[in-house]
This record gives sequence, structure tokens and C-alpha cells, in this order.
Amino acid sequence: MKYIDEYRDAAAARALAEEIRRITKRSWTIMEICGGQTHAIVKFGLDQLLPPEITLVHGPGCPVCVTPVETLDAACTIAARPEVIFCSFGDMLRVPGSAVDLLRVKAQSGDVRIVYSPTDAVAIARANPDRQVVFFGVGFETTAPANAMAVYAAAQERLDNFSILVSQVTVPPAMIAILSAPHNRVQGFLAAGHVCTVMGFWEYEPIARRFRVPIVVTGFEPIDLLEGILMCVRQLEAGRSDVENQYARAVSQGGNQPAQQLLREVFEIADRNWRGIGVIPRSGLRLREKYRSYDAEQRFAIATAAVARETECISGLVLQGIKKPHECPAFGTRCTPEQPLGATMVSSEGACAAYFRYRGRIASK
Amino acid sequence: MCLAVPGKIIAVDPTESLMRPGKVDFGGVVKDVNLCYVPEAKVGDYVIVHVGFALNVIDDAEAARVFEYLREIGEIEKDQAESA
Amino acid sequence: MTDPEFHLNCPLPLANHEQVLLAHGGGGRLMQQLLEQVITPAIDNATLQSRHDSAVIEVGGQRFAFTTDSFVVRPLVFNGGDIGKLAVCGTVNDLAMAGARPLFLSLGLIIEEGFAMERLQGIMRSIGSTATAAGVIIVTGDTKVVERGKGDGLYINTAGIGIIEYQQQIAPASIRAGDAIILSGDIGRHGIAIMTQRENLQFETAIASDCAPLHREVAALLNAGIEIHCLRDLTRGGLASALVELAQTAQLGIQIDEHAIAVTPPVRAACEILGLDPLHVANEGRFIAIVPQAHAAAALERLATFGTDYAPALIGQVTTADPGLVTMTSLIGATRIVDMLSGEQLPRIC
Repeated sequence: MKYIDEYRDAAAARALAEEIRRITKRSWTIMEICGGQTHAIVKFGLDQLLPPEITLVHGPGCPVCVTPVETLDAACTIAARPEVIFCSFGDMLRVPGSAVDLLRVKAQSGDVRIVYSPTDAVAIARANPDRQVVFFGVGFETTAPANAMAVYAAAQERLDNFSILVSQVTVPPAMIAILSAPHNRVQGFLAAGHVCTVMGFWEYEPIARRFRVPIVVTGFEPIDLLEGILMCVRQLEAGRSDVENQYARAVSQGGNQPAQQLLREVFEIADRNWRGIGVIPRSGLRLREKYRSYDAEQRFAIATAAVARETECISGLVLQGIKKPHECPAFGTRCTPEQPLGATMVSSEGACAAYFRYRGRIASK
Repeated sequence: MCLAVPGKIIAVDPTESLMRPGKVDFGGVVKDVNLCYVPEAKVGDYVIVHVGFALNVIDDAEAARVFEYLREIGEIEKDQAESA
Repeated sequence: MTDPEFHLNCPLPLANHEQVLLAHGGGGRLMQQLLEQVITPAIDNATLQSRHDSAVIEVGGQRFAFTTDSFVVRPLVFNGGDIGKLAVCGTVNDLAMAGARPLFLSLGLIIEEGFAMERLQGIMRSIGSTATAAGVIIVTGDTKVVERGKGDGLYINTAGIGIIEYQQQIAPASIRAGDAIILSGDIGRHGIAIMTQRENLQFETAIASDCAPLHREVAALLNAGIEIHCLRDLTRGGLASALVELAQTAQLGIQIDEHAIAVTPPVRAACEILGLDPLHVANEGRFIAIVPQAHAAAALERLATFGTDYAPALIGQVTTADPGLVTMTSLIGATRIVDMLSGEQLPRIC
């Protein structure tokens, strides 16, 4: 596949890894924000090509991991209603709420359907006028334009049997939260390339200046990630803290204007609770008043109650890069993908699950 | 977090203006994709697609840059080897 | 910005499995746990412990292979096959993986009330023609009808008996360090064909299942005098789960090379779009043969005569390093662990 295969070339990967080794003089800790990047790093074994001075820590960029348990409970409650067709991206079905997950609701005769796109849910609503169709609108800025368009199109068509359960989060406030935390160890960021296809990278410039951290917008293939790391290390070694763009083939500084315009039309900024981390101010999106009638929580009068239960899970620390998955005493023993203590072990993009699947036993040796 | 895959636009439906539906070929697999966020995109362009929406047109010159850079550092290494 | 006030405890409860989950049938680690903790303890015996696709039993000095399999696929008819073809091939292949020549099959049908007669006829025709083509005879059967809503249209169970005409012990216990691992063709077609149809993720280029009987390939290897240490067909859980199971049963390491594993361009593209790893995707017409290194070339040559679109390939070897572990040299030359799938495979979209 063009624009994929060439970015998985072994010789190019070796050359970049060699260049990183050549310029690295001191120890550096770099965080990749996005769970998809974590997945690629461990799947291809990229971290093994890096010199020992470079530590990669894995950020909170996994919508499946950070969707709060209250929202999952709301999803399961709505999905269990007989008049509802509940549509979701595939990987949300396995994430447990406080009692059940969507797969179990489905097994107990809930009409839960996997869709590829939010607009597929709109089409299901169109085809089933006598049913209530609810889309589970999770995601970061990358997914927000698709979710926004689903709501906008439903409003244009006056599809009154469509609604959306929103759990929409944004990256920059999470980065600020990580950098402000007292135990922060992140010295440089690989920003999530696909978030930046939508938002551009102008939002990161004040963060880089204020916290003096280099931020490199980075793609998802092995060559992208290695080049992003190289650019980040080069800045760190030179004492620079600029925003640079490794993923220029897909990302521009201003981002996608039509997408941002529709985001502003449909959504407004709100405080958001991140699973395993807590409330981060102004880190999420909710439907504007004008579109509030398409909000599933409102339509089904769901009152979300905070659910807190203490476990030994340290996913909050993992998601902030303070701990690595295998530094958790429960990792691979009391916490596995089959018996997860935290969402980072449930989602295949979660740092803990990725470690377990691709290098668990090596890491824990 | 955001699985997005590059593909080539092979058709654009000019009749529906809100979603701007089109067809994108991903290495031999064709899917319907909304092109509403890339109004400038035309047949033959490569786009990055996430959950059925194209998010940007791929800039081919930028895509080649890393490989030019690698050739460059390869040459630097060769020069050094020759002069050593 | 104000202090974000982190709460550093994760609010997830412990998942307990007081009930059977769908994932317990997914062919991955949960299924293994179910077998080890609930199913086998009650009925354990030496034959069951061999953990092979078929049981090998001796009657009057002659060895037979005996196996059973149930089929609950959705949709019932898919591109490249249907539940009927699958039910015949699945049992034929389990027998073939024991090195047996399949002879007789039984057929159990559990039909939901209201199931269209015409669909049933179509599936029965498919069962008949697949059995004829595979050279097996369906000698006994059973039919039950359950109330509407109590079944998914149609479930099929088949059991099969085959005769073992070779002296080789084809089983995980015969695997030796240094053995070559041969993959019979490209992977991932069946799982992608099913998933794209079932979850409404249709692509315009239809991907057909690889569903096919495999006993002729196995017979060709045996007839050529190739010493086969073990065979395994790559059904649920895909290549990865089959290799991990064998490494664990044999307590040896397995080392494979990602470059050597063929995936057709449409299957690869579908996996990229859906965020799936082809190593975990199910197949219904592919197997691995574990043979001594000295027999690898001859085995590849024999398998190549069957003309699958992708030539069979030597994908790796058995080692003494890291017993029970499967490692893979990735496309960029680094090493990673290959693990079983945990639970049902779902499209990874976000």
C-alpha cells in the first residue's frame, strides 16, 4: 500500500536508529501521546532499536482507555433498552463499566451493533424510523469531525430518532496536565499526527514555550516514529523547545479548516473526566445548546453518578508517563487482558495491553 | 487513538454536497468515504481516511522528504568513509 | 490553568467470570482457561491430554483418528462458502491434521423454528457437494428443531472418523528443536470475509473465505515420504494462536519471520483499515507443517503443486531458546513476542 509500505522499510529504519544513536549524548524521556503510536512502537519492536539513553513513555491518547466508567455505564443502560439500536466502534464493546460491558449487554439481547463510521449509525436511524438509534461518540480531535457531521446531518434531516452519547476529549489540556504534575518526567513529546491533521499544531506552540519542551508532530508508521524521535532528540540535545512537524505529508500548521468550522458549529468546550486520571478542565467537547436535543444522555434522562472504586491499578500514572506498565506490581500477574484491573489493559491500544501482547514477558524479566 | 489509513480517490459524487461522498481505493480494497472535509480533493489524490472521513490530502513531495534525507545522510557517511 | 487534581486510582472493577463470555469460545487464551479449569478436569484421560485436533485411537491393531466440531457461524452464507461447507471441511481438516485419511462423517443439525426451507436446502446441497468432493461419506445424522428465538437459524455439528495409514506420530510431542515451520499459503481470508459481511463493514472488493479441505495436501506430504512431526490448521485465533499453543504444549521456542508470511493485498488492506493483525485472523483452508529441516525443501515442493495463489513458505523454526514462547522478527528487523488473542477480535477503529 502506497504511503504505508515504504514507511516500514528495514534499511531506512536502521539508518534512522543509527542516526539517533549517533546524536544521543544524554538520557531523555519522550512521550508519544497517541495509543496508536504506542501500538506501532511495540508491534514493530521500535523501542528495541533505540539507544538505552532514550526512554519512551506512553501517553493518554486512547479514547477507549480514558472514557469514564460513568459514561460506559450510561452506554450499557441505554443499549439494554428494547427500543434502542446502540451503535459503537468495535473496540468500545469490550471495555467494562462498573457492572457489565457492551458485549455482555449484546449477549443479553441488547441490539448492539459495530459500525465503521458515525454516518453508518445515521443511515441505520434513517432505515429504522420506529427505533431509537444511539451512536457512542467517543474520540479525540481526529474523530470529532465525523461525530460532528453525524449530528449535523441528523439535524439537517430532522432525524429525531438519532442521538449521540458524547465522550469527546482533546489533547492539549491533557499535555498541560501531564507537564504540570509534580512527578512529571516527560522532556519531549511526539504529538499525535492524526489529531493534528484536523487541528494543525498552532495550539502546541504556547505549550512548548511555557514548559520548554520540544513537541514533534509525528505519524504512525515505523519510519515516521523513528524520524519523530530523531527530531525530538536533536532538539533536546541542542536545548531547543520548538514545535516541529515530522508528518508534513498529512499535517499543516492551521489544520483542516472545514473540519474545525463544523466542530465549532456542533460542539463547545467543556470539562471532562478522564478514566484513571480525573477531571481535566476544558479538555472535552459537548454538544452546543442548539444540538442538545441529539444528546443521548438528555434524551434518555441518564443521571451519571460518579463511580469510584479503589484498586491497585496504576493506570493514571502510566497514562501520564510517570510509570511504565511493567513497573506495576500487578502487571501480567493479577492484571492481564482477561482479568484487567484497568482500561489500559483492556483496550488493545492501551499501553499495558500492548506491553503484555508484544513484549510482556521480556519486559517483566 | 486514531487509526487512519491512506488511500487513493477513484470517484467523487458531485450530486450530494453535504457529505461529498466518494470512493477510495486502499491497496485494492474500495470503500465509500466522505470527502466533505477535503473540498479541494479530486480523483487521483491520496487522502488520509479515519472512520469514513478523509481528513487531508497527502502531499507527495513532503512524503518523499524523509527518504531524501536518508539518502543524504547515507552520502555523508560514504564521504566520511572515503576521506578516512 | 488550575491544578488538574489527579485521582490516581483506577476505577475499574475486577472482571470476574461467573458466567461464560462470548470470548470463552474465541479460540484464544480465555478458551484455553475454560478448557483447563472447567471442561477437562471432569473428563480427563491420556488421549484428551495429547491436545490434538483429533484423538488417535487404536482398535484391533489399526489406528483411527476421531474428532468432532460444532459450527455457529454468522452469516450462514458468506463469500467463498457457507456453514455447510465449513462443517464438512472443518472436520475433514481436523482428521487430516492427525495425518488420517478421512472416511466417515456424522451430521447433527439444530434448526430454529421458522428457518426458510429453501435456505436449508441450499446448505444441504453445499454439504453434499463438499463431502463428495472431499471423498468422505456422511453415514449418520440427527435433526432437532428448537423454538423460534432459541437458536441462531442453524447450528451444525459434525464428527468424523479417519484411518491412519502411516507409522509417524504426528503430534505436538514429536516437535524437535531445529524443525522447520512451513505455512501452506496466505493467511487471513476467512476471518476478514466473515467479519466484513457480519459487521456490515462491506468493501467493494469482496474477499472470499479460504474454506477448503486439506487432507489431500497432507496425503501428498506423507506419500512423498516426508517426516511430519506436527500439523495444525489455523482456525480461530489464526496463525498466532496455533503457534503459541504448539510452543506451549511442546515446551519449545518458535521463531518466525514476518517477511515470510504471505497476506494478499485486499486482506492486508482490510486489516489496516480495521486495525487487525493478520496473525490473529481465522483461516479455514491453511495449515502449518512442522518437519525436520532436511525435509523442508521437499515439503515446500509438494505443497506448491496445489496451486494456492500464494506459494507455501518456510516461515520459521523451532528452537530451544525461550520454551513456550513465539517470537517474530518484525518487518523492520526488530524482535517481538507473538501472543494469543485474548477474547473476541473486534475492529479497532479509534
